[in-house]
Amino acid sequence: MTIPVSHYLVVSAMLLVIGVFGIFMNRKNVIVIMMSIELILLAANLNFVAFSGVLHDMVGQVFTMFVLTVAAAESAIGLAILVIYFRNRGSIEVEDVTLMKG
Amino acid sequence: MTPSPLLPALILGLGGMALLLIGVLAKANRAQGVTMGAILLLLIAAGLSLLAPDAVLFSGLLKTSLFTRYADTLIYLGAIAALILSVDFNQREGIARFEYPVLVLFAVLGMVVMVSAADMMTLYVGFELQSLAMYITAALARDNPRSAEAGLKYFVLGALASGLLVYGISLVYGFAGTTNFAALAAVLREGAGAGTVAGVVFVLVGLAFKISAAPFHMWTPDVYEGAPSSVTALFATAPKAAALALLLSVMAGPFGGLVAQWQLLIQILAIISMAWGALAAIGQSNIKRLLAYSSISHMGYALMGLATGTLAGVQSSLVYVAIYVVMSFGCFACVVAMRRNGRAVERISDLAGLAGEHPAYAFVFAVFMWAMAGIPPLSGFFAKLYVFATAFNAGLDALAIIGIVTSVISAFYYLRVIKVMYFDQGQPQFDRTAAGPGFVMAVGALVTIFFIILPSPLVAAAGAAAKALMG
Repeated sequence: MTIPVSHYLVVSAMLLVIGVFGIFMNRKNVIVIMMSIELILLAANLNFVAFSGVLHDMVGQVFTMFVLTVAAAESAIGLAILVIYFRNRGSIEVEDVTLMKG
Repeated sequence: MTPSPLLPALILGLGGMALLLIGVLAKANRAQGVTMGAILLLLIAAGLSLLAPDAVLFSGLLKTSLFTRYADTLIYLGAIAALILSVDFNQREGIARFEYPVLVLFAVLGMVVMVSAADMMTLYVGFELQSLAMYITAALARDNPRSAEAGLKYFVLGALASGLLVYGISLVYGFAGTTNFAALAAVLREGAGAGTVAGVVFVLVGLAFKISAAPFHMWTPDVYEGAPSSVTALFATAPKAAALALLLSVMAGPFGGLVAQWQLLIQILAIISMAWGALAAIGQSNIKRLLAYSSISHMGYALMGLATGTLAGVQSSLVYVAIYVVMSFGCFACVVAMRRNGRAVERISDLAGLAGEHPAYAFVFAVFMWAMAGIPPLSGFFAKLYVFATAFNAGLDALAIIGIVTSVISAFYYLRVIKVMYFDQGQPQFDRTAAGPGFVMAVGALVTIFFIILPSPLVAAAGAAAKALMG
């Protein structure tokens, strides 16, 4: 039995929505935002792999490799910025990220 | 002998790594030397990219044309100006680190790759290389809580934007069946289903984040304010020009067949950006925040050209962004020079009485403010004239009229800065302006003032670039 592509699309759309909500609804911790960003990238990856299978085309899987690599670099830089932020403020609560407003 | 079209990118990448090695292995702090080396590399790359011929490289992954050379020139110009500004400023602020020029080189490499992209894969890789390097530069002053906060905000919102971009690319890939620009253009000319259009919208949102078009501008004021001024000067020039050029090339290239679908979205983005940029800037007291809102509204005007969906529209957008880059680095040279007792000051009220104390400085600052407000005979006026004229010609009267109204509103806050400099009482007691900002100010002011004498080369170059893009 083959699984139709629409199932993959629904799962990836759900991952995307969870990720976006995770960024905007979360008021506690910046680490959770990083996890949400990873979810968004994984949603795109799932799409690429599913489409790659349906289209019988390798481009989607190659693209996934690039996205995975970039996601790793992105988390490294994000965590580095978070560390210097924590050194300055002693907190990584989202509610405290308010030095500048307006 | 013509150089290979790959040579500028190779020079940036390999040169950046070589400078990184020099910076790491040197015993003393080599920030200044590395910055000079980076400026030299950028100049060489700029010269070579102008000489390089049109080409399609790596079986259709990269494509260079008159359009990419036009965009590359603007990117190099902005990056070189920002690096010149950074030499003295970073030294005095105690953030003279050799990593900064190296990161700028890598960011420029990313911008050059994404502008020349002819496939979604190269677009994504270039886009991310640019973004990742820029996240770090925003947090360059790592012991300053505001800079760290700027870096964090830019990272979170930028990562969200690139996440949406890549999700959009995945949808376009799935429903159109390819990631190659030429193949996509051919497929989408036959019409597109809902899936593809959804993908295009996601891609548009991701790119709108990068050019800080409202309503995706949330990061701009905070990042402009929090990042060190020399870094803000970079944010306002090269990445803006690159992202706008990328938006033009994606919308007019692979998504060219879907004009009917994206035209209205671009118009809405343009209207909201112009209006919000004009209204929100009125209450600002920090000059960098003011310039952030100003850049949001400028991006709205630049999008107005694209909103027509015509060749003349793309041409006027290209003219606009070129003039904007020059005004912008000139303006930030003035901001970088705002220092009192060895410390950077950023409030508009700090400028009170500047005209009495430093008449030349105040005049140059006023020139940029006038130009940004679009007052003739300065270059900013012609930039606005071109986009308004193309909007009228394309029958988008309402859009053009909204543009004119918002530009009148925004004139208020630009003129307020001039009023503070010329008519308010005060003793700015600014430190002597260093050679770097002075030079950038002078170049920017000369181009801005004398653009009226010789506008045709820029307009012709933009026309040729637009033709190369749209065929």
